[in-house]
Amino acid sequence: MNIIVCIKQVIDPEAPPSSFRIDAATNKVMMQGAPPVIDPYGEYAVEASLKIKATQGGKITTISLGDNLLREVVKKPLAMGADELVLLEDEVYIGGDSWSTAYALAMAIKKVGEYDLILCGREASDTNAGQTGPGISEILGVPCVTLARKIDVTDSTARVERVTADGYEVIDVPLPSVITVSNEIGEPRYPTIKGIMTAKKIEPVIWKPSDIGVEPFHVGDAGQRTRIARLYQPILEGECEFAEGESPEEAGANLALKLREAKVL
Amino acid sequence: MAEYKGVAVYCELTAGKLVPISAEGLGIGKKLADDLGQELSAVLVGSDISNLAQETVTYGADKVYLVDDPLLKDYQTDSYVAVMQKVLNQITPRILILGQTDVGRDLAPRLAFRLETTVTMDCVELAIDSQSKRLLQTKPVYGGNAQAVFTSDTDPQMVTIRTKAMTPLEPDASRQGEIINIEAGVEASAIRTRIVDRVMEEVAGIKIEDAEVVVAGGRGIGSPEGFGQLEELAKLLKGAVGASRPPCDNGWVPDTVQIGLTGKIIAPEIYIAVAISGSSQHLSGCSGSKNIIAINKDAEANIFRQARFGAVGDWKKVLPAFTEKIKELLAA
Repeated sequence: MNIIVCIKQVIDPEAPPSSFRIDAATNKVMMQGAPPVIDPYGEYAVEASLKIKATQGGKITTISLGDNLLREVVKKPLAMGADELVLLEDEVYIGGDSWSTAYALAMAIKKVGEYDLILCGREASDTNAGQTGPGISEILGVPCVTLARKIDVTDSTARVERVTADGYEVIDVPLPSVITVSNEIGEPRYPTIKGIMTAKKIEPVIWKPSDIGVEPFHVGDAGQRTRIARLYQPILEGECEFAEGESPEEAGANLALKLREAKVL
Repeated sequence: MAEYKGVAVYCELTAGKLVPISAEGLGIGKKLADDLGQELSAVLVGSDISNLAQETVTYGADKVYLVDDPLLKDYQTDSYVAVMQKVLNQITPRILILGQTDVGRDLAPRLAFRLETTVTMDCVELAIDSQSKRLLQTKPVYGGNAQAVFTSDTDPQMVTIRTKAMTPLEPDASRQGEIINIEAGVEASAIRTRIVDRVMEEVAGIKIEDAEVVVAGGRGIGSPEGFGQLEELAKLLKGAVGASRPPCDNGWVPDTVQIGLTGKIIAPEIYIAVAISGSSQHLSGCSGSKNIIAINKDAEANIFRQARFGAVGDWKKVLPAFTEKIKELLAA
């Protein structure tokens, strides 16, 4: 079983909002004092791959795309138990949209060659789009099941529980296929000390656009079809009306009165 | 090159009925179509659904494209993408609106890649640029820490809309619309996936997505027992209990009540956040609430920047008094 997991390096979604700034001139986000992390949903995808490997055996290759990627971040899946790491690392890869990103990843997956299963997070915590997985499947011409909460693999089929509004549906999909993973799959495991030591020794394979047979104008900023017209932080009203009180209890009771006064309740 | 014209809305169905977001899509779709001086179309795909066409007309559709075929009884990616590709090649709309639901999340990106166009997911605001006449697509990014306005270079300009972000029109039974049938033209053999089972999960009480009032707790609640107190308030207000991520991670409450980036996105009338600091990961799930009410011991907590009303203090002292007072007020 050859599994490929696509993982994005993102700004930490749990970081305090005060560390978050937007540079209006470039429409880019600057983080102050909070290091990047691997995308939370990507981490669930890694967990899903490790569960499958535990029963099926095989190899897990993770692919990340960007420039100046932090090794301790993109190596986290290796520390959790993945086997190999491919980095699409070059300045031309950055600034892309769903199209240019899915295209570069799909071409890299073709170069990896042997794959039974491609896993992605259901969406990334920065763009909140959820298009990379379906996009890769469309480009490669393989089926895709989104929002997986459980994946069971037998020889050439995956049985996937897919999250729906009222519960879940059980879907059989032939391999190779793309599956996007939701948080219901279960908490990602922590890297072990042994895992961290092993990850240190694994050298990532780095592919430039020419290595995966793509022209620079197809990827990153140049390859995008969506334009960002404006990126801004909504101005919060900051008009919270506080219920006063001599004691917390009094504040609690006054809060209820305030809500009644304002006809919220 | 085809000329792209008009606004189309993919109207999602469940159990033979329009889902509410379909009417919301038609509501914003009508406004955009009026701004462009063009028509609004509804697209209905399913089995035995001809009775629903007129309903989409009452919500504003000028034309209804109906694809009715037994093979389309259940949503399956392969068949629905193929059908929508066929429909869109026929009607070539300038704008296509879908809902950000479990179906929309699956269908929209696949269809966009198939049509070699783009889609912006989870939009909360849509408008026509007065100069370029292109669609301005506003969506929260970075877990709601920022909003981005996107435009697309290609047609159709596809978007999904967030639940309850757009307002439906009042249904008007006197409206007239044209109904056009389109053959599905799908072979069973082209569907690569197979639905084995569909499981409805029973939820005790009101579903968190449907509740008008949600009482949610954070890390500071500290135990499953603590959530019992939140439950009491929720019951009183006929609402549901939710949580930020840490209580779910700690197993105090089930994962299904998680609100935030890695959980549910909700927009109730009243959201009462107890001992929740308000990380962007959490706020991305509740920032659409009409009234956020926060109880937190830290007056500087980020949640108060989003809240309309708040009380500062240890929730263990504030909440019982708050609940007691509400009981009194409701009884009066």
